[in-house]
Amino acid sequence: MAQVLVVTSGKGGVGKTTSTAALGAALARDGQRVVVVDFDVGLRNLDLVMGAERRVVYDLIYVVQGAVRLSQALIRDKRIETLFLLAASQTRDKESLSDEGVSRVIGELRQTFDWVICDSPAGIERGATLAMRHADLAVVVTNPEVSSVRDSDRIIGLLDSTTEKAKRGERMEKHLLLTRYDPVRAGRGEMLGVDHVLDILSIPLLGIIPESQEVLHASNMGSPVTLSNPTSAPARAYSDAARRLKGEHVPMMVPSDRSTLLNKLFGRRAA
Amino acid sequence: MTTATRPSRSFKFRGRSFHALVLKPEVPISVWLAEADAWLSRSPNFFAGKSVVIDVFGLSLTKRTFAALVEELKRRGISILGVEGADPSWLDMGLPLLMTSGQTVKPEPAKPVHPPTPAPLASSLLIDVPVRSGQSIVHPEGDVTIVGSVASGAEIIAAGSIHIYGTLRGRVLAGAYGNRSARIFCRRLEAELMAINGHYNVADEVEPHLRKRPIHAWLEGDALKIMTMD
Repeated sequence: MAQVLVVTSGKGGVGKTTSTAALGAALARDGQRVVVVDFDVGLRNLDLVMGAERRVVYDLIYVVQGAVRLSQALIRDKRIETLFLLAASQTRDKESLSDEGVSRVIGELRQTFDWVICDSPAGIERGATLAMRHADLAVVVTNPEVSSVRDSDRIIGLLDSTTEKAKRGERMEKHLLLTRYDPVRAGRGEMLGVDHVLDILSIPLLGIIPESQEVLHASNMGSPVTLSNPTSAPARAYSDAARRLKGEHVPMMVPSDRSTLLNKLFGRRAA
Repeated sequence: MTTATRPSRSFKFRGRSFHALVLKPEVPISVWLAEADAWLSRSPNFFAGKSVVIDVFGLSLTKRTFAALVEELKRRGISILGVEGADPSWLDMGLPLLMTSGQTVKPEPAKPVHPPTPAPLASSLLIDVPVRSGQSIVHPEGDVTIVGSVASGAEIIAAGSIHIYGTLRGRVLAGAYGNRSARIFCRRLEAELMAINGHYNVADEVEPHLRKRPIHAWLEGDALKIMTMD
């Protein structure tokens, strides 16, 4: 039974595209058939993070407008054969996406894939509402700081009112993915604590992804971080989150400041 | 399941208190009108540009005598915004019937000819999910109770009191339709703005010892009084 997942946030730059790629790759590596769909028409980034920017021929708009078949637009990942990308257009804008066209494409994707992951653009306008419209569940990506939390709260309100699921009177499953968590700054009180964010947003926690240089390296190399460096802290956190999406119970690890811990244990700086 | 959350779209409305000049005619009307004429001869432009509300509660008027009164006032250049204490069947006069201001009225010795306008049935709205940022709950019929928190950037507007069994981080406007006795209650105060019948306090104006505490707020005179509840 296919699941349509929207990765959304409200605020820009918090890690939606990174998370879409990382979660999609983690799920596909475990054998699921996954397609990641970029809804950020005009400012596409998912193709870069997936390393497919030089292989994009047709994009979501071509398919929505019926100019090409879905199979012509889907780009298979070179590393995992069950992972596909449907890129956004860079030259058009989101007015070119029609409601019925998107509905039809999502319907078609549901038939061939286990997971359809929609990478939402930032904001609360048409691009974001279209990306969430047909979702079965949502991952709300939030940084532990005040403006991101307030924007995420706004997005949660929209998930509960403007989606097809909400209109049918059903409750959409929403999960919080706390990204760019910096334990040092959290310890100094410069970032909101996990409990505080959960208190404000009141949705279950899917995972805590630590701030890490690995994420930047991975995007620059054109690879989801879960593939480029699977043992790094963010990659392990994303893999755990992907397992929780499948329903597994995985104990939550709060990233700690390892250098301080090792200092305390060995009385010297960690390498 | 009733859902009262209305997503903010282009159609928004607010409760707002306006001050109006109220004229309360007294019987016999002809004598009262003569006094009005005397006033106007001394201050001919007093009513120019002012909108006036006529309060006819307890005057035992009929539709015909009311129509005559309105006509007399119009002839004197008094522009009428609406009427208080009138019978709903007089609506075709083209004047809006206003809600009573909620103040206690001394019982009139004369029995009114028409039964008083029945008060609208107060109803209470219950919401048991958190109110999210950007959502606006408007309930002109009575109290609102939220079992959950109200997020920063959300607002609740009620004719009656507002009870929040959670943290209040947004804006609340109680008694928004002319009810000075409305109150605000919450489990934890982090509100951006609190108002009762138009008198408001922003977050900065709230004393530090009240922040993040369970509180109870009411109106005394023109000022909001806030007290902790623990």
